[in-house]
Amino acid sequence: MKELLLGNEAVARGAWEAGVHVVSSYPGTPSTEITETLAKLSSVYCEWSPNEKVSAEVAIGAAIGGGRAMCCMKHVGLNVAADPLFTASYAGVNGGLVFAVADDPGLFSSQNDQDSRFYALSAHVPMLEPSDSAECHEFAKKAFELSEKYDTPVILRLTTRVSHSRSPVEVGERNVVPKKPYKKDIQKYVMMPGMAKKRQAIVKERDRVMTGEADAWVKLDNPGRKLGVITSGICYQYVREVFPDASVLKLGMIYPLPERSIKEFAASVEELIVVEELEPYIENYVRQLGIAYVEGKKYFTPLGELGTEKIRQSYYGTKTPVAELSEGSGLKPEDAPMRPPTMCPGCPHRGVFYTLSQLKLRVTGDIGCYTLGAAAPYKAMDACICMGASIGMSHGMEKAESVARAEAGAGDNDSDGIRGTVAVIGDSTFIHSGITGLVNIVYNKGASTVIILDNSITGMTGHQQNPTTGKTIRMEDTYPVDLTLLCKAVGVNRVRVEDPFDLKKFKAAVLEEIDANEPSVIIARRPCVLLKGVNYGKPVEIDGDKCRKCGACMRLGCPAILKTEDGRMKIDRSLCTGCEFCVQMCGFGAIGKKTEGGDNK
Amino acid sequence: MKQDELNILIIGVGGQGTLLASRFLGDVALRLGRDVKVSEVHGMSQRGGSVETCVRIGENVASPIIDRGMADVVLSFESVEALRALEYLKPGGTVIMNTQEILPMPVISGAAVYPDNVPERLSGGNFRVIALDALSIAEKCGSAKCVNVVLLGILSAVIPGIAPDVWRQSLESVVPAKLLETNRRAFEEGIKAAE
Repeated sequence: MKELLLGNEAVARGAWEAGVHVVSSYPGTPSTEITETLAKLSSVYCEWSPNEKVSAEVAIGAAIGGGRAMCCMKHVGLNVAADPLFTASYAGVNGGLVFAVADDPGLFSSQNDQDSRFYALSAHVPMLEPSDSAECHEFAKKAFELSEKYDTPVILRLTTRVSHSRSPVEVGERNVVPKKPYKKDIQKYVMMPGMAKKRQAIVKERDRVMTGEADAWVKLDNPGRKLGVITSGICYQYVREVFPDASVLKLGMIYPLPERSIKEFAASVEELIVVEELEPYIENYVRQLGIAYVEGKKYFTPLGELGTEKIRQSYYGTKTPVAELSEGSGLKPEDAPMRPPTMCPGCPHRGVFYTLSQLKLRVTGDIGCYTLGAAAPYKAMDACICMGASIGMSHGMEKAESVARAEAGAGDNDSDGIRGTVAVIGDSTFIHSGITGLVNIVYNKGASTVIILDNSITGMTGHQQNPTTGKTIRMEDTYPVDLTLLCKAVGVNRVRVEDPFDLKKFKAAVLEEIDANEPSVIIARRPCVLLKGVNYGKPVEIDGDKCRKCGACMRLGCPAILKTEDGRMKIDRSLCTGCEFCVQMCGFGAIGKKTEGGDNK
Repeated sequence: MKQDELNILIIGVGGQGTLLASRFLGDVALRLGRDVKVSEVHGMSQRGGSVETCVRIGENVASPIIDRGMADVVLSFESVEALRALEYLKPGGTVIMNTQEILPMPVISGAAVYPDNVPERLSGGNFRVIALDALSIAEKCGSAKCVNVVLLGILSAVIPGIAPDVWRQSLESVVPAKLLETNRRAFEEGIKAAE
């Protein structure tokens, strides 16, 4: 029977059926469900690695050893794993090796909109791009065969709309693939200059041969029409709807590109367009082949994702009619107030960001739920670039400050009038790439304060275990990294654990540590409110008689606290988690939980 | 709506159970032997943000996304979200909406205004509006979390041509066994409310 699978689930299923032995990944939207799905299937080893670089290296080792291996990551994760990828391309494989990489056109859950296809081009690694779940399943399976046949890692490129759409898939059984025998081969697997130069020539030849292979991955719809469209991935689905009568050349392998098929197709049509999201990757290649009449980005924006309407409007200039409100309604769709994501009611990060906003500190931030600390009402973040960057950035800001101060003869006065800089980073992100930044601060005599937001889980991507939680991906008990010991071991003397919900104490701790003239770490520890086992009991209530309408509780930005029409505050019982964080904000004792007697406690 | 094609856009607030609703509809389509694509939203926007999922059922569905003016039905879990989703609705389409209001953070903080009487003001446009207090119905059935299934019950009564048994089988396959009784009640109450 056909199953309705997410693209990510279909990739997992395809890899499993291909007999994959080892899967190592770091979670990242929109790629996370691939590894989560595999971890629920038997006979395959799965792990969450500390970061994408390690996950790639584990997979490379498994493949050189003769097993079939896969590592999965989001587009920015491939930046982290790029170092091993580029050289693994030279060394080749033994057992099949697949990198599943999910781009996020339109930045649904990312900090940039990069186009991973250029990694395939510059690392000379074949790249496949499925357009629905059935192809995710098929391409994942074939990727392992391709990898072994051509002795190369293979990248399976996904995008959000392929990863997170469900469509029917005919699933099969697991094919038990014996591990390939391992033979020591220094010339192939030890990449020193002498060996790498020889491998470089082999990679060039592989590229040439695989251009022919790419011809086997094309699909031609409606041959012989006037308008020809070259496309791949999710855009193929949009093209089928917008240009139902056009000739369409759909590419399944997008590196190397199929030179012969593209030339023949171009010659068979009168008008040629390329429909692709993000950069003009295919279009540039077509031009490079001397096909000057091709158009693509002239019509279709390189920004964000495309869709049927964007493509239709860009090419035909027509707009699809939509339902309309009556004139008398006095309402327009734009009147719907924005609904940005917010920290959940009961979120432990709220304590940290409320404190930082009160202290008006300069805050370098990082990637996770807590990036929402940059949003109103806290606005307590000054910069956020990539995983782990918060710690390096705070060190850099402080060093720039101290040089400027010394040169100006300004003594200890902060030239920007800012009280101090702190770095905030989550537990999983700290392990991912924050720890090296902390080593740097200690080594180079910095004095930054780092706040590790330890909520006992990888939150934003949907609760994955990590090295600090004491559980593996399959929920087996394992040794948890002790963050306090780790920070002390690299040379931080001032390490303290604080509860971010104890506002007074937490504020005092931050003030003390930013004044210290040496590196310091505050571990703000309280579990994510969405974790199983976190139960704060019944909701709090606001005693209307005691409420003086001061609005102090509203400053926390908790979605469960609302202002009523008479100006008093009230609690939305359906949202309140009962965490009681807001109780300490009220100077009039108006907030509390009802006790048996009926009074607020 | 065309006999062979049905586009349903589901919109709600992160945490309201829109994902289960879209999987439910996907399962219904598979049981009918139709082609189907469902697009979901994961990650950042699930944290209390506005969440859209699309279900497209037909003979041969290409894009998984319901774009501007493509939806036959907008199934809205929250009042103002129905307004937000109007640009996806075809002229002559149907809005099925829960009248519950969940205030967005910019409204709570005073930076934006939540419009009054959204359900009443929606009616009168060139589309049909079915507005019900699905939260109260769900609470009566035993769990506020069943809002999604109440709305699906309403939907099942509104779209023609699908046997009640298919809906019930799908409900059993997507809802965990221990929650099935409550959800069955919620589904049946949804059907009744639509009448």
